[in-house]
Amino acid sequence: MSEPASDLRLRKRASLQQAGAGETQLNVVQELIHRKQEERPVNGHAVLLNGLSKSFGDRRVLSELDLEIPAGQLLAIVGRSGCGKSTLLRLIAGLDRPTSGKISVAGTDVESLQSNVRLLFQDARLLPWHRVLGNVGIARTKGWRETAAAALADVGLADRANDWPAVLSGGQAQRVALARALVSRPSVLLLDEPFGALDALTRMEMHRLLECIWREHGFTTVLITHDVAEAVALADRVIVLRDGGIALDMPIDLPRPRREAADTSAVALQARILDEV
Amino acid sequence: MAVRPQHKNRGAAALQFLASWALPLGILVLWEIASRSGVLSTRLLPAPSAVAAAFWESLRNGTLLTHAAISTERALKGLIIGGGIGFALGILAGISRLVETVFDSSMQMLRNVPHLAIIPLVILWFGIGEEAKIFLVAIGTAFPLYLNTFHGIRTIDVRLIEMARVYGLGRLALFWRVILPGALPSVLVGLRFSLGIMWLTLIVAETISASSGIGYMTMNAREFLQTDIVVLGIIVYALLGKLADTITRLIEARALAWHPAYRLNATREATS
Repeated sequence: MSEPASDLRLRKRASLQQAGAGETQLNVVQELIHRKQEERPVNGHAVLLNGLSKSFGDRRVLSELDLEIPAGQLLAIVGRSGCGKSTLLRLIAGLDRPTSGKISVAGTDVESLQSNVRLLFQDARLLPWHRVLGNVGIARTKGWRETAAAALADVGLADRANDWPAVLSGGQAQRVALARALVSRPSVLLLDEPFGALDALTRMEMHRLLECIWREHGFTTVLITHDVAEAVALADRVIVLRDGGIALDMPIDLPRPRREAADTSAVALQARILDEV
Repeated sequence: MAVRPQHKNRGAAALQFLASWALPLGILVLWEIASRSGVLSTRLLPAPSAVAAAFWESLRNGTLLTHAAISTERALKGLIIGGGIGFALGILAGISRLVETVFDSSMQMLRNVPHLAIIPLVILWFGIGEEAKIFLVAIGTAFPLYLNTFHGIRTIDVRLIEMARVYGLGRLALFWRVILPGALPSVLVGLRFSLGIMWLTLIVAETISASSGIGYMTMNAREFLQTDIVVLGIIVYALLGKLADTITRLIEARALAWHPAYRLNATREATS
């Protein structure tokens, strides 16, 4: 545990230096990134969807979906609104039951809510009557104050522990929500367009933060988004959902950490995805 | 609401303070002059100075405090019993469909009965003792707390409840950490309604049948044409009501500190 943590610090410092960087430092960073990619810890669990269908009344939202998400992968699911992406996420979380088909996380079938699966909603959904720290440690497990404070520090909000959620900005509230999801060390993290309501700059910050934390923790991540650029910037693999099925399944092999100002290869990938959406 | 510019100095603030008190003070002065000159009969309305003198006298011989203490005790007993039942039923109906089906329509029907209309029955049941007054206060205070607690629980953001489920909160934790705090603003509104009804009911109950309490004190004074005591009794009721309201405000400011609208000074900052 101490090894990745010190690595993280090193990387953070390196990225700080990068701001006014000379070439040598840049090389250090590149090297660190490559090392990191090889050593990336995989604490996540694989998620398996088997012939998954979901209907609301007569309307069939998902039909016969098969999907395998390897442990530790960051998968982005893209699609138009109403294509069933949120439904899919709620099924994986165990919030809703599928009409037919099966979901398994780490080989066990999902029958109800899972303690090792955490969902980040579109809105932060903080309890306004608990302070930030109390929101992060909402499950009140033993020693929650320490773990919650550590998770807050991870998202860079250690100094806001005693504030009320009402005084936080949208981006800060989502970071608190992210800390709340991280507290229990989930093996699968589901994100339901959590950055959709944020302004462009804050969204980029959140991307950096999510990528950084994901690389440190190594959980399996499913990110729902309608922003193709976001999907290409973050994901290992992008899936396009259309008419209840998978229209495109594409790996993204760009080096990490990725820059938001997209290079030509990223633009080409975005164009391919947009064709399918 | 228009935002007024901040006062530049204390003088202007003091002037504004004086201006806001000018009308009530002016009326008091006119009232005093009218009484002293004989235009206003003291049998109908006593002079303000006479009320002040009666206040001082009853405070000195202890009768005022004794009566006020007895009235307050009755009011609180009724509130604790009635309000407690209303609150508990409101919570049960809020979280259980079964309790709601069994109780809610009956409660909605009963709340439309003016509870003072059952005074004849209450006297038949309990006589004119303490129980009758406490029972009336309890009946009156139960409904506002029931309705507002029920409403408070039903209007909690379902997204928060869903979030709590995803994050593994059990039923008890869900109640203590999400449902109860979420309903609290509404519960406290109910408490304020209940407090108003509490004093109203008590005044009526004490004027009908009592041998102690502020209501008895004023009714007794009426028989001896002591209008100063009657007016004093009215003022004491007003003060007790105001005191209860202030206490609720303090509770709100403390218990709802998370809520931007309830923070102390928040309304003042927003309006001045």
